[in-house]
Amino acid sequence: MVKWLQHRNLIQVMTWVLLTTLIVGCGDESSKKSIHTINYSKDYPANSGGTLIDAMTGEPSGLIAMIAGESAASAIAGNIFNSLLKYDKNLELTGELAKSWEISADQRTITFHLKPELKWADNTALTSDDVLFTWQKVTDEKTRTPYGSDFKLVTLAETPDAQTFRVTYKAPYAPALDTWAGLHILPKHLLKDQDINTTAFARNPVGSHYYKLEQWKNGQYLKLTRNVNATQGQAKIDHLLSRIIPDKAAQFLELSADNIDSMGLNPIQYARIFPARPELNKNIALYKELGNSYTYLGFNLKRKPFDDVRVRQAINYAINKQEIIDGVLLGLGEPVASPYKPGTRWSNPALKPYPYDPAKAKALLKAAGYEDHDGDGIIDKDGKPFSFEILTNQNKEREMTGVLIQRRLKEVGIDANIRVLEWASFLGRFIKPKEFDVVVLGWSLSLDPDQYSIWHSSQQAPGQFNFISYSNPRVDKLLEAGRLELNPDKRMKIYHEFSAILLEDSPIVYLSAGYGLSAIHKRVRGISNPAPPAGIGHNTYEWNIPQAYARSEMSEH
Amino acid sequence: MLKYLLKRFFWMIPLLVGISLISFMIMHLAPGDITSSEASFNPKASEESRQKLRELYSLDKPVIVQYSLWMKRMATLDFGTSFASHQRPVFWQTKDKDGNVTLGMIQEALPITLLINVLSLILIIAIALPLGVISALKQNQLTDRVITLFVFIGFAIPGFWLALMLMYWTGVQHNWLPISGLQSLGHEHLHWLGKTLDTLKHLALPVFISAITGLAGIALFVRNGMLEVLHQDYITTARSKGLNEHRVIYGHALRNALLPLITIFGLSIPGLIGGSVIAESIFAIPGMGKLFYDAVLMRDFPVIMGILTIGALLTLIGNLVADVAYAWADPRVRRGVMQ
Repeated sequence: MVKWLQHRNLIQVMTWVLLTTLIVGCGDESSKKSIHTINYSKDYPANSGGTLIDAMTGEPSGLIAMIAGESAASAIAGNIFNSLLKYDKNLELTGELAKSWEISADQRTITFHLKPELKWADNTALTSDDVLFTWQKVTDEKTRTPYGSDFKLVTLAETPDAQTFRVTYKAPYAPALDTWAGLHILPKHLLKDQDINTTAFARNPVGSHYYKLEQWKNGQYLKLTRNVNATQGQAKIDHLLSRIIPDKAAQFLELSADNIDSMGLNPIQYARIFPARPELNKNIALYKELGNSYTYLGFNLKRKPFDDVRVRQAINYAINKQEIIDGVLLGLGEPVASPYKPGTRWSNPALKPYPYDPAKAKALLKAAGYEDHDGDGIIDKDGKPFSFEILTNQNKEREMTGVLIQRRLKEVGIDANIRVLEWASFLGRFIKPKEFDVVVLGWSLSLDPDQYSIWHSSQQAPGQFNFISYSNPRVDKLLEAGRLELNPDKRMKIYHEFSAILLEDSPIVYLSAGYGLSAIHKRVRGISNPAPPAGIGHNTYEWNIPQAYARSEMSEH
Repeated sequence: MLKYLLKRFFWMIPLLVGISLISFMIMHLAPGDITSSEASFNPKASEESRQKLRELYSLDKPVIVQYSLWMKRMATLDFGTSFASHQRPVFWQTKDKDGNVTLGMIQEALPITLLINVLSLILIIAIALPLGVISALKQNQLTDRVITLFVFIGFAIPGFWLALMLMYWTGVQHNWLPISGLQSLGHEHLHWLGKTLDTLKHLALPVFISAITGLAGIALFVRNGMLEVLHQDYITTARSKGLNEHRVIYGHALRNALLPLITIFGLSIPGLIGGSVIAESIFAIPGMGKLFYDAVLMRDFPVIMGILTIGALLTLIGNLVADVAYAWADPRVRRGVMQ
C-alpha cells in the first residue's frame, strides 16, 4: 500500500511537470512575436552607407592569405587585398590591379601593365615594386606558405618601370594567369623590414581593395570599413561586419532575430525550414548558386578488379546520381560529367553523366566475369564474392551518399561496406599508403582547367594528389599540352578532350555538385538573381542598403 | 605543516614533467599534423611545400627531439607560438620591435571561461545546497521526490538542445536576451555599468545551462552527506540535549556534511578552466573549450601542450589546496598530517 502510494506520488509529480511544460509551451505560442512589419519590396535609389552583418563559422588565423590559407581568411582578405587579375562574373580572367597583360610569342613571358595611380589604403603609391616584393615573399624559402611552388616556376621577375611587371617562365605555364589571380599583392613599404611569418601586419593589414580592417575583436567579429583610397572605385555599403558564430543553428537564430543580414545555409535550412516559416520569407531572400566542388566515388586503380574499366563503368551505371542529389542535397545540386563548373568554357557541353541503368551494369559485370554462381545474391568471380569497402571521412553528406550507393550496388549483386574515419587517420593511414578500395570524397571545380596534380601519372607518390593511381598516356599528353598552351580557345579544346576521356575511363564516378545556398536580408539590394557562374558574390561592391532599411542601432556610430 | 607543504610543492615538478611527457607522446600518436588538415588537401598546395612547412615547424624531427625542444622553451616559461593562428603567442602577450602587442590565446580565452564557470559554480552552490538539505530532511516525501526528479531532469537533458530552445524563446520570440556572442556590437560606446550589464546579459544563458546540467551532482551529494550525518550518534545527543532543531541541523549536521564537498571543490578547480566545447560553440563564446577543440582538430601542438600543461598544474594545485583546506577544516585530518 505504502509502495503504491509512493508510486502514485511519483506519477502525480510527473503529470504535473508535463502539464506545466505544456502550459508554458502554449503560452509561448500565443505571445506576440517581435516581427518587423516593414515592407521590403519598395524601390529606392542605390545609396551608399549602412552596415552588412554576416556570420562565419571560423575565425581567420591572419589576413595574409598566402600564409593563412583557410576559407575564413580568404573571405575577409579578399575584401582588403587585390590581385593582379580576377575572375569576372562569367569566370573569365580580367584585370584587377593590372589594366592589361601581354603574352610573348614564345608564351614564356607575361607582361602586366598596372592601372595608373594605384594607391594603398594609407595613401602610398602602389607600384610594380610591391608586386615584385610579393613574388619574392611567396617564393622565399623561409615563408611558411604551402602555395609557393607555382611561383617558383618563374625564372625571372622584373620591373622595367613603376607600372610594369614582367615574369618569365622556363617553359610556357598556362596556369600562371590563374595563379596571379590568386596572389594578393602586399605593400612593400610596410613589410620590407618584417618577418612575414610573425608580423603584426597579419592582424592589422593595409590593402588596396574596397575595404580596410577597422576592428578585429578576437573570437567575436571583424569589422571592415570602406577604403576611400580604393583603386576600383567605391563600394556602396560602408561597413562589412563578420561575426564569428561557429554553430549553424545559432547563426540561424541570429538571422531570424534580425541580428545578422546574411549566412550560408545548409540544404535542410533552405528546403525545409524556410518554406515552413512564412514570416521569415517576408524579410529574407534566398539565393542559390553553382557550388565550388563536387563529390565523387574514386576507385583504387591499383587494386583488382577496379583496374578493369568494365567494372568501373558498371558501378557508374549502377549508381543513381539523381537519387543522391534528391536524398542528400534535397534536390539542391546537379550532376556533373567533368571536373569543371557547368556553364563555363572548360566544361564540355557534349558530355552527359552515366545514366542510372542497372541492366547495363549487370551486363558489364558479366562481361568482366562477375556472375552470381553460388546463388547467394552476391556476384562472384573465381569463387571470390565481389565485396569491398567504401571509405569516407566524417561528413554527414558523404556518409549518407555512401549509404545510397551501398543500396544500389546491392541491387546489382555487389556487397559494399561503409567505413567512416576522422580526417587525419583517413589521410594518413588509408589515402597516403593507398590502403583503400573505394573512397567518397570531394574535389573543387577548379577555375583554371589545369588538373595535372590530380590526374597525371607522375603524381602518384605518397602525399601527392593522384592517390587513385590513374594513369592514361593520352591524358598525360593532354595535361602536359594544356599546361603549355596559353591561348584560351586552343586550351579549351585540349581540356574538352581530356574530360571526355576521363568520363569514358571512369576512374571516378561523379556523384553530385551541391549548390552554394545563402540567405540575405531583403534590406540588401543589388544582388544578381539568378546568380551568374561566379556566384552572387561577384558584385558585392554594388550591393547597397537603402537608408530607410538600415538598422537603427547601427546608424549612431 | 610548512615542511609538508614544501614537500608536496616540490613533488609537483617531477609530476608535471611526467604528465607533459605522456601528453606529448599521446598527442603525437594521433595521426597527422598541422600540414595534413582537410583544408590543406588542396592540389594548389604541393607535397614539397608541405614538407618544407614540416621542417620549419620541426615536425620532421623524432618526437623525443621535439619534446626536448619544447621542454627547453618551457624551462624559460615560454609556451611558444601557435602553428595555426599566424604565430600568436600561446599563453601570454608579446610585443614586437614596433611596439605592436599581440595578445596570447590562453590569456584571452581563460578569463572568459573562468568567469562563466565561477558564476555557474556560485549558482550551483546557491541552488544545490538548500535543495540537498531540504531533500535530506524530507527524505522520501513528495518534496524530496520532486527535487530529485528536477535535478535529474537537469542532469539528463541534452545541454545543446536546452540551449537552442532557450535561445529561441528568450532571443528570437521575446528579445529579452542576446542570442549568442560575448558583447553587443556597440559595446565600446557603453558606460561601464552598461558594459557590465551587457556582458551579464550575454552570459546569462551560458551560465544557466552550465549550472542546470551540473546541479544534480552537488545536490545529491549534499543530500546523501546530510542523511549520513543525521543518523550519527552526536546528532541524537544534540537533540537529546534539547537543542532546537534549527541548531541541530545548521550548527551540527550541515557543517559536518559539507566536509567532503571541500574535496569536490578542490578537484573542480582544473574543471574551472576547461570550457564546454558544445556550449561555447552554440553561444559563440571564444573560451578554452573551443580553443582546445580547434587546436586538436588542427593538430596545433603548441596550443594543445600549453592548455594541457596549465590544466595539469591546476589539477595538482587543486589537489594540494583541497588537502590543505581539509586539514584546516577537520582536526582529525590535521593531526594525521602532523604525525
